Amino acid sequence: MTRRGYLARKIGLAVITILVVVVINFLLFRVLPGDPVRSVIGRNVRISIQTQHALREQFGLDKPVFPDQFLDTVGQWMRGNLGISWSLRRPVGDVLVAKLWNTLLLIGLGQILSIVLGVALGLVAGWKRKTAVDMAALTFSLIAWATPTFWLGIIFLAAGSTWLGLPTGGIVTPANVGKPLYTVIPDLARHLVLPTLTLTILYLGEYMLIMRSSILEVLGEDYILTAKAKGMSHWQVLRRHALKNAMLPIVTLIALNLGFTVSGAIYIETVFSYDGLGRMFQTALVKQDYPLLQGAFLLLAVSVIIANLLADVLYTYLDPRVRAT
Amino acid sequence: MQEFWSQLGRKLAALWRTFSHNRMGMFGALLVTTAVLVAVGAPYLSPYAPSEVIRDANGRGMTFASPSVHPPLGTDDAGRDVFTQLVHGARISLMVGFLAGSIAMFIGSLLGILAGYFGGAVDTLLMRITDILLVIPDLPLMIILVATLRNLELHISPLVVLVLVIGLLYWTSTARLIRSQVLTIKERQFVARARAIGAGHAHIIRKHILPQIMPLIVANTVLILSTAILVESGLAFLGLGDPTKPSWGTMLNFAFSRNAITNGAWWFYMPPGLAIVWVSLGCVLVGNVLEETLNPGLAIHHLEDESRMVARRPEAAPP
Repeated sequence: MTRRGYLARKIGLAVITILVVVVINFLLFRVLPGDPVRSVIGRNVRISIQTQHALREQFGLDKPVFPDQFLDTVGQWMRGNLGISWSLRRPVGDVLVAKLWNTLLLIGLGQILSIVLGVALGLVAGWKRKTAVDMAALTFSLIAWATPTFWLGIIFLAAGSTWLGLPTGGIVTPANVGKPLYTVIPDLARHLVLPTLTLTILYLGEYMLIMRSSILEVLGEDYILTAKAKGMSHWQVLRRHALKNAMLPIVTLIALNLGFTVSGAIYIETVFSYDGLGRMFQTALVKQDYPLLQGAFLLLAVSVIIANLLADVLYTYLDPRVRAT
Repeated sequence: MQEFWSQLGRKLAALWRTFSHNRMGMFGALLVTTAVLVAVGAPYLSPYAPSEVIRDANGRGMTFASPSVHPPLGTDDAGRDVFTQLVHGARISLMVGFLAGSIAMFIGSLLGILAGYFGGAVDTLLMRITDILLVIPDLPLMIILVATLRNLELHISPLVVLVLVIGLLYWTSTARLIRSQVLTIKERQFVARARAIGAGHAHIIRKHILPQIMPLIVANTVLILSTAILVESGLAFLGLGDPTKPSWGTMLNFAFSRNAITNGAWWFYMPPGLAIVWVSLGCVLVGNVLEETLNPGLAIHHLEDESRMVARRPEAAPP
């Protein structure tokens, strides 16, 4: 199948997945007990029956659930109206967008660091296979995989704040909110150290392992032998032939990891009280703020799906061998 | 029937011979066995009850007593013995992990066999479903599923909800694995011969395909088990477990939300995490060795949460 056919299929799949997410989101909302009117007007508010009926009509809750209400809700979602948060009394969309950047900062830093370190270590481990470095790296990956994210976060939090004087949580010290950038940025950096460190260590193992097996596979190929026969040094072989080809699976791994990164972010942000999407998701869960929970899920799921699609598209341009599975 | 058991016995003996030479595998088996023994023998390992408050000479509850004051693992924020909670938590964690893993294995094997054997539309449908499930981020989906199920007032135990949600979302890797295996087996001669003499589908599946893939199902289940335990601890940490029957994850939730960190009570938050690593690591080691021994033709990616196995065939697309 041509590249265009492959891409068309991938896009189709992404669209269907988004549809599935939307349907799940909608159904879960409707399945909950209690009056849908309540969920629209918020809790603990006494409203007369007439007003309730009027509200019902206004929000279209007297129409059949499917297709009318479904299409209405989805239309609203597409326009960015994700409802009103019960606990925060603000539009869900506003709340989410505000926290999104914080989470992106944390995840972005963690991913970049773990990719850079993981690729470097994986390269060394694969290059020097079966040596002490390799064995240590493999053991580290294995243990890192079996370690719960949040637990490592707790340990770092305890150790870091006790022995290194790093902050115990939050994104900036409350006193520094609204201060000029040159005050905020060092503070932000201090607050980011521990969460980013935790994320990096946890994802390091995977990237390292994939890089290692990828390098091993590439080094077994014929063209590497040819290059050596031509008299190139090890380092030259690596830089010109091995590295580029070995890096390809990393792109796929980044895409695959996006979903897990989101999960990791939820745990890390909870442990470090980091003011991002993950922590907000957790808080919404605890407070049973369903509009917020729904909106957050929708945003997270759709972002991951789109990011996956982009990674797929990128991959087709990087690897000329790609055909349909 | 006799034939089946003797064949099974021979296979198991051969498996054991290979397995016992593998140091990592044996170490893993040791980890898992000790954990299971602790879980089974929990009431006998400690004189206290899990919710019993330890009191000092003046009758006051000993909150956050360190292990030097109250061996072996000190007390928690209410004065309850941490070691007792740990061994009782083993029961809950292992039970939930095992049940969730079993459900995932069952669904995955069933769908994998059906897809691989019947092929065509069934196969395509299954592949699309797994593709979709793989892309949706797992933790947020599980969180809202658990939250919704619990609020439906169906009076199901929170642990059962956890088991169901985890089991319903982690079957995809098993299904793919079993499917590719079944596809390979289907090509072999004896299936064609059996069809030629008129054997029905169910008969072929039961007598020819199932015995071949059983070992692989077992190996994959062990790996799923390690993931299930990790996931359960994560969900419990977020508060979705059963506070009256604390698992290791719930213990960590208590430690976190009841200020064990601020009070420096490392004996409360270190042991449950170590226990989770212990069991998870053990299962991964055993599972990896089992997979390698039982199916050397597959290239294994050990450390992805999905435990993805990629069939090493020349025409397969690059990973």
